[in-house]
This record gives sequence, C-alpha cells and structure tokens, in this order.
Amino acid sequence: MSILLYAESSEGKLKKTAFELASYAKGIALETGKKVTALTFNVSDATALSKYGVDKVLNLQSEKLNSFNARAYADALSQAAKQEGANIVLVSTSTNAKYLAPLLAVKLNAGFVSNVVALPLSQPPFSVKHAVFTNKAFGVSEIKTDIKLIGVSKNAYGLKENPATLSVETFNPTLEETDFNQKLIEISQSTNKVTIADAEIVVSGGRGLKGPENWGMIEELASVLGAATACSKPVSDIGWRPHSEHVGQTGKPVAANLYIAIGISGAIQHLAGVNASKVKVVINNDPEAPFFKAADYGIVGDAFEVVPKLIEKLKEFKSANG
Amino acid sequence: MKILVFISHVPDTTSKINFTDNDSRFDLNGVQFVINPNDEFALTRAMWFKEKQGATVTVVNVGEAETEPTLRKALAIGADEAIRVNAKPADGFFVAKQLSKVIADGGYDLILAGKESIDYNGGMVPGMVAGLLNYSFVNGCIGLEVEGQKATAIREIDGGKETLKFDLPLIVGGQKGLVEEKDLRIPNMRGIMTARSKTLTVRNPTSDESQTSAVKFEKPVAKTAVKLVNADQVEELINLLHNEAKVI
Ligand SMILES: Cc1cc2nc3c(=O)[nH]c(=O)nc-3n(C[C@H](O)[C@H](O)[C@H](O)COP(=O)(O)OP(=O)(O)OC[C@H]3O[C@@H](n4cnc5c(N)ncnc54)[C@H](O)[C@@H]3O)c2cc1C
Ligand SMILES: Nc1ncnc2c1ncn2[C@@H]1O[C@H](COP(=O)(O)O)[C@@H](O)[C@H]1O
Repeated sequence: MSILLYAESSEGKLKKTAFELASYAKGIALETGKKVTALTFNVSDATALSKYGVDKVLNLQSEKLNSFNARAYADALSQAAKQEGANIVLVSTSTNAKYLAPLLAVKLNAGFVSNVVALPLSQPPFSVKHAVFTNKAFGVSEIKTDIKLIGVSKNAYGLKENPATLSVETFNPTLEETDFNQKLIEISQSTNKVTIADAEIVVSGGRGLKGPENWGMIEELASVLGAATACSKPVSDIGWRPHSEHVGQTGKPVAANLYIAIGISGAIQHLAGVNASKVKVVINNDPEAPFFKAADYGIVGDAFEVVPKLIEKLKEFKSANG
Repeated sequence: MKILVFISHVPDTTSKINFTDNDSRFDLNGVQFVINPNDEFALTRAMWFKEKQGATVTVVNVGEAETEPTLRKALAIGADEAIRVNAKPADGFFVAKQLSKVIADGGYDLILAGKESIDYNGGMVPGMVAGLLNYSFVNGCIGLEVEGQKATAIREIDGGKETLKFDLPLIVGGQKGLVEEKDLRIPNMRGIMTARSKTLTVRNPTSDESQTSAVKFEKPVAKTAVKLVNADQVEELINLLHNEAKVI
C-alpha cells in the first residue's frame, strides 16, 4: 500500500504545493508505514522531493502533456494509483488540481474530500477535517471507499523536511484518445506578476482607496514585499481592478502567510475568503471597521499617510536585512 | 440547443454559521437561502443563449421540498422548466449520480453549473458528472461561446487565462466573469407571475450511493484581540511582523 501525490509543476519546475503534499504524505506515512510515491509531469529533476519524504518518483515525460489537460492528467494519475496500489491519493487545492480531482475521483471510485486542513484524524474509520462554508467553519467527514482522495489546503499543513531515499522510475501510461478531445487555442499569462495562488504575502485594497489612480502605492507596497495584489469585490465590480484580483467568499480564497488589507471594511463575505491566511494586518481610518475584530495587527489611520510611510520604512528594513 | 443549469440551494452569504444536534448538522434557524452565487452566473449566461440563440433552459436541483422557492426563482429569472430530484444530498457523489441520470434521460447539449457551492465547497459535482458520463468538462469558466456543435471556453488559470475548444456536449463549472456582475438578473413581477405556471417536475432518486459522510462540525476558535500600532510608528509594525509573527 502506498500514498500517491500529484506533484504539480510549471515549466518543468516543481511547485511549492508538491512539497507541501510530500510533507503531508510523509506525515501519514510516519503513522502507517506506507511508502510515498509522487507522479511528476515533464519534470527533469525531481530529487528535491526526497527532502520532504518522497520514496519514489514516477517520471512521466510526454510532449502531449506539456500544457495542462485535466482529463489526461486525471487518467495518468489514476493509472499510477492503480499500478502502485495506492489507497490514499493527494492533490492540492490549486486551480488545476480542483479541475482534475473530481474526474480522478470517478476514475478511481474514490471518495473525495477537498480543503482538508490537517492529517487524517483516525483510520479506520478514515476521517478528515476540512474547511466548509468558505472558511466560516470546519467539518469532519468520513471517507467510506477503499481509495481515498484528499485535496490538501494550501498552507494548512506547511512544509516539513523529512529526508527519504528516492528512486525514480519512468512512467508511461496509455492515455485514452478521448482525453485529447479538447483543443487548446491560447494561453495568456502575465509572467512577471506574483499570483494570489502562489503568493506568501498578499496586499489588498478596498473602496477606501477612492479610485484606481491610487493603486500605485498598493503595487509599490506589494513589490517591496514580493507580494501579490488583490482587492475587495466592489473594487473589481466597478472596474478599478481586474476580476482576477477579487478575493473573498465569491472570489478567490487567500491562504497566504501574511494578508494586508488597506481601506477594506471587513464584511463577512470578504473575511470568509481570507480567513485561512495566517497573519492579517488591517489599515483603516475607522476604528470601528469590522476588520479590526478579525485581524492580528492593525493601524487606525489614513491609508494615504500610512502606506507611503510603511513603504519607506520597509525599504529601509529590506536593505538592512538583505 | 438544450441547456441544463444546475442550481444549488445555499445559505445567503451574510448567514451566521451555527451547528445544532451536538454539532452534527447545520442550524437552519434564521437562515435565508439563495441560488448559489456561481450558479447565478451560469444561469444568466444560459438566459443569454436563450435570448440570442433560441436555446431552451431547464434548471435542476437535488434537494427536498424546501428548495422549490429557489427553483421558482430561477424560473422567474427566465428558465423554461425545472426539475427537482427529491432527495437529501448525502454527498457530492450522490448528487452527481442523480444529475447524471437526469442528463442521460433528457439529452442536453450544454450543462452549466457553478465551479463550487459556497456551503460545503466541494467543487466536485460538475466534474464528477463529467466523469460519470464521460463528457467534456471545463472548470473555472469565465467566458463561453457556442457555435453549432462547438463551444469555445475561457478558463481562469493562475495568473492568466486559457482558451479551449470543445465539441458538445460540454459541462461547465462557471464563476464570476462568465457574465458581468451588473448583468446578473433579478426576477421582475412578470417573471414571478409566469414562473407560477411553469412546469416543475419532481423525480425520485435513482441511486442511494454515497462515498463520504459528515460526522460533525466545528466553529473556528475565537481570535485573540488585534494588536494596534500607532499610525506614526509604522516601524513598530515591521518589527512585529518580522520578530513576532515571523512573516517578513
Ligand atoms: C452575495 C455577496 C457576495 C459577496 N462576496 C464578496 C467577496 O467575495 N469579497 C468581498 O470583498 N466582498 C464581497 N461582498 C461585498 C461585501 O459585502 C462588502 O460590500 C465589501 O467587501 C466591501 O468592500 P470594501 O471593504 O472595499 O468597501 P467598504 O465597505 O466601502 O469599506 C471601505 C473601508 O475603507 C475605509 N476607508 C475609507 N477611507 C479610508 C482611508 N483614507 N484610509 C483608510 N481606510 C479608509 C472605511 O473606513 C471602510 O472601512 C459580497 C456581497 C454579497 C451580497
Ligand atoms: N444539490 C444540488 N443540486 C443541483 N446542483 C448542485 C447541487 N449541489 C451542487 N450542485 C452544482 O454543482 C456545483 C458545485 O457544487 P459543489 O460540488 O457542491 O461545490 C454547484 O455550483 C451547482 O451548480
């Protein structure tokens, strides 16, 4: 019996989610003695996975899979799981993982629980704790099937080093023709920007910033911190910022290490989407703004005065601390 | 073109989340239910296909009698007919099984759903239906056009978007962007009146299989009070984030 994980990559390089899943898998392995196997797609060097406890890498190289294809990737993962006799299969909660996971669940006849925030609580019965109601609460669910598919929430378990001896095997699944029924027309991606999904730090602005012309300081603060930029829903609804920056219950979830909210009141729908972030900072000129009840650190003050000062002091801090 | 729209019936986003019966189930007390926000985008796009391309639109929900007002609302927005599979949703797989049967019986060209429902956030029903029927599937969809038997879909990816072409039938997990927020429909008086006479068919469930079961629920632990820093001492905030929180 083994644990199989989907080691995500981008342009041949493993993503942080791959190492998080490896850490999580090793956490289960330490309790159960199972082996940890990772499937990689067009990654040339996956040795770094051994640092986090992966015993075996199935190395899939295929031109046809150069761009992500949920159906084909799910097909490959299900064949890997069957070959390895895996009864626990792990995916992340990234956009691509959420796309392929339900397809994979059907192929493996596996019960699927997503947004899982901790190691399995008991086995048997096999139960996991997961976020529900967009992070307003948690649920414990039991998975009743032989194979269990788990979507592990970003940043919930974290990275834990635990070296293992790695073996690498070539993996050549026979993919079905129907996997390639869809045709990729184009991909447009801004490559120089940190994305909300990958960011460790997110700097977010709300209606308190008064207009799109004032986003310069938000972008500058983000760039000093190596952060992604985000916004509240009304800001994207009025078109000050693109929809892709809208975070919250009906936008993107944010599970960063640090979330900085500037001129955002902290409505229940906004908080629901950013609650999974570890540390929250609020800058707002209204001491009664609900966000102060949900934040770890706060400054009561005018964003137009506080943010420029913060940028200046952060630059000093960065140059002093390398 | 025959379109089917999945409608999930969920607590309004302002709802306070509480649990009852020893934390074993969601407390319905004082909770208002609405069409799942992602499904509203899907439904509005379906209305566009109806008006511009003469599609017929059926809406479907798997749920008990209390979800009917939500389906009636979808009819008032302009759907032609509604189906309710009369069962308490046991899990995502259970729901996907019921919906697959509805699709197999009805023969739809396009199936529009939300990418996720905001209650249990499984994000699994549309993909599972696609898997069960071996249909094409696009998730996180923010743009959709149909011409004849071909659909062009835009999908949000991390840091950008991707355009894909599919043959129908296609299942779509939609989200904001599929239509603009300002174009979302709210039922008008006439819509509400005509909705009353539209057909709402109640079907029996076809299978009772489920793969997971909810054991209990928990609320997050209460937060410790915020630490306030004086607006004139932003360096103190930097110090706290570096030395105490260790996030910069
Ligand atoms: C169905 C539904 C779903 C929703 N989903 C989401 C969601 O996913 N995400 C989301 O964000 N919202 C969502 N909302 C909207 C939410 O209810 C709030 O309306 C929204 O979050 C408010 O945005 P805001 O904080 O930017 O604006 P406001 O509420 O207008 O707050 C602006 C804040 O800026 C402060 N401010 C003003 N001037 C300054 C200054 N000079 N310096 C510092 N601070 C200043 C004010 O004190 C105020 O607190 C949803 C609403 C509904 C009905
Ligand atoms: N009980 C249900 N009845 C009809 N459609 C549903 C139901 N549950 C989920 N869906 C659809 O599946 C999507 C994803 O839901 P979920 O997998 O529960 O996150 C929703 O946005 C709906 O479109």
